[in-house]
Amino acid sequence: MSVAVSPLVPAQPEGSFAAGFAWAFARDLKLAMRHPGETLLAVAFFVLVASLFPLGIGAEPQLLQRIGPGVIWVCALLAAFLSLPAMFAADYTDGSLEQMTLSPHPMGGWVGGKIAAHWFASGLPLTVLSPLLGLQYGLDGATLAALAAALLVGTPVLSLLGAACTALTLGARGGGMLLALLALPLFVPVLVFGAGAAEAQASGLSAAPHLSILGAGLIVAGMAVPPAVCAAVRIAMD
Amino acid sequence: MTARLEARALACSRGTARLFREISFGIAAGEWLAVRGPNGSGKTTLLRCVAGLTRLDGGAVLWDGESIGAHCAPFHANLLYAGHLPGIKDDLSAEENLQCALQLRGVSAPPAALAAALADVGLGKRRRLPARRLSAGQRRRIGLARLMLDPAQCWVLDEPLTALDDEGQRMFSTLLERHLARGGLAILATHQDVAPAPARLLRMGA
Repeated sequence: MSVAVSPLVPAQPEGSFAAGFAWAFARDLKLAMRHPGETLLAVAFFVLVASLFPLGIGAEPQLLQRIGPGVIWVCALLAAFLSLPAMFAADYTDGSLEQMTLSPHPMGGWVGGKIAAHWFASGLPLTVLSPLLGLQYGLDGATLAALAAALLVGTPVLSLLGAACTALTLGARGGGMLLALLALPLFVPVLVFGAGAAEAQASGLSAAPHLSILGAGLIVAGMAVPPAVCAAVRIAMD
Repeated sequence: MTARLEARALACSRGTARLFREISFGIAAGEWLAVRGPNGSGKTTLLRCVAGLTRLDGGAVLWDGESIGAHCAPFHANLLYAGHLPGIKDDLSAEENLQCALQLRGVSAPPAALAAALADVGLGKRRRLPARRLSAGQRRRIGLARLMLDPAQCWVLDEPLTALDDEGQRMFSTLLERHLARGGLAILATHQDVAPAPARLLRMGA
C-alpha cells in the first residue's frame, strides 16, 4: 500500500465568486448531460403539450393566432416548473449541498451557477424551440420574434423565482405540493407580461413595454433571489 | 504555521430537547479528538456545529483564535468535512466525483494525481465506472482518496470507518497518521478504536 498524503499547503486556498459560479455551472450541466432523460422531459413536455392544442382545437386560424402566445407561455411555465424540484433536492439528499455550503467559495457564487445551469438546460431550449411551435398557431414573423424575445427574458426569471421556492421547500415533506403553491403564484406576473409581449405585437402594438417590464423583473429577481436562496439553504442545513 | 481549533462552552438544542451544553475542547496541530457516545447523544450535531452547518445556541468555535461565526472563510478554506452523506453523485464516475469535490474546495489536482490516489485506495480499475455501480465501501474509498489529495488542515469526519473493510480501515489510520504528522488536526466521531491514539477524548451523552 503506497498511501501518500498531499503536503499541507500553508497558503490558504482562496474561494472566489467566479470560481464557485463556474464550478456549479459546469458540474450541473455535466450532470444534466449524463441524465438527458430528465432534462429532455421538460422540453418534451413543452413541445408535446404546445403541439396538442392546435390538434385539439382544430383548424381555426384566427382562434389559434389569438390563443397561441398564451398557450405557449403556459406550456413554457409548466415545463420550467417540472424541472424545478431537481435543482437542489438531489444535492440536498446526497450531501453535496453540505459540501458546497462548507466550501471556501462565497455561497452566492455557486448558487448563481446552479440557477444559470438550470436556465441553460431548461429555459434556453424552450426559448429556441418556441418559434417552431409558434408556427403551428400561424403566428407571423414579428410575433414569433416577440414571443422568443419574451421567453429569452422571462425564462431566467422563472428559473430564479423557482430556485428561491425550491430552496425553501428543501427537507419539507410533501415538498412538491408546497413548491407548486409557492412558485406558481410568483410565476403569474411573468406569464402576464410574457404572453402580453407577443399579443401586443400581434395586435399591431409594440412589445417593448412588456419586454422592459420583464427585463426589470429579471434585474430585481437577479439581485434578490441569490441572497434568499443562500438563506434558505442555510436554514435547510441547520 | 500552527493551526488550532478551539470550542468554548458549546450548547445546542433541537426543539425542546437539549442535546449538549458546556462542551469545550482545544485541539492543536498534530492532535486529534475522538468524539464518543451512544447513538443519539449528539455526536453528529456537535460535528455539524463545529463545521458551521448547524447554528449553536451558545458558545463559540474558534479557528486560530478567531470565532468562525464572524469569519468563517479562513476556517472553511482549511476544513474538510465529511458527514454521513457522502456527497457522491451516482451519475459521475469515481474520478469525476473526486475531481468535483476537490475543485469545489479550490484544490486543483492533475489527472495523474487523481488516478494515483484512486489506485492507492483500490479503485484503480473502477475509476471510470459511474459511482452507482460501486459498493458502499468503494464509495467510501472515494472519500479516502479525497483525504489524500486535499491539503485541508482540519478534518471533521463523522463515522469515517463506516462500510470500510479491514484494509480500508488500516488505510484510514495511515492517512490520519500522515495528516497529523504534517501538522493537521482532526475531530472524528467514531465507535471504533482508530490506530493513532486520540490526543483527547470527548464523551457525549449520559
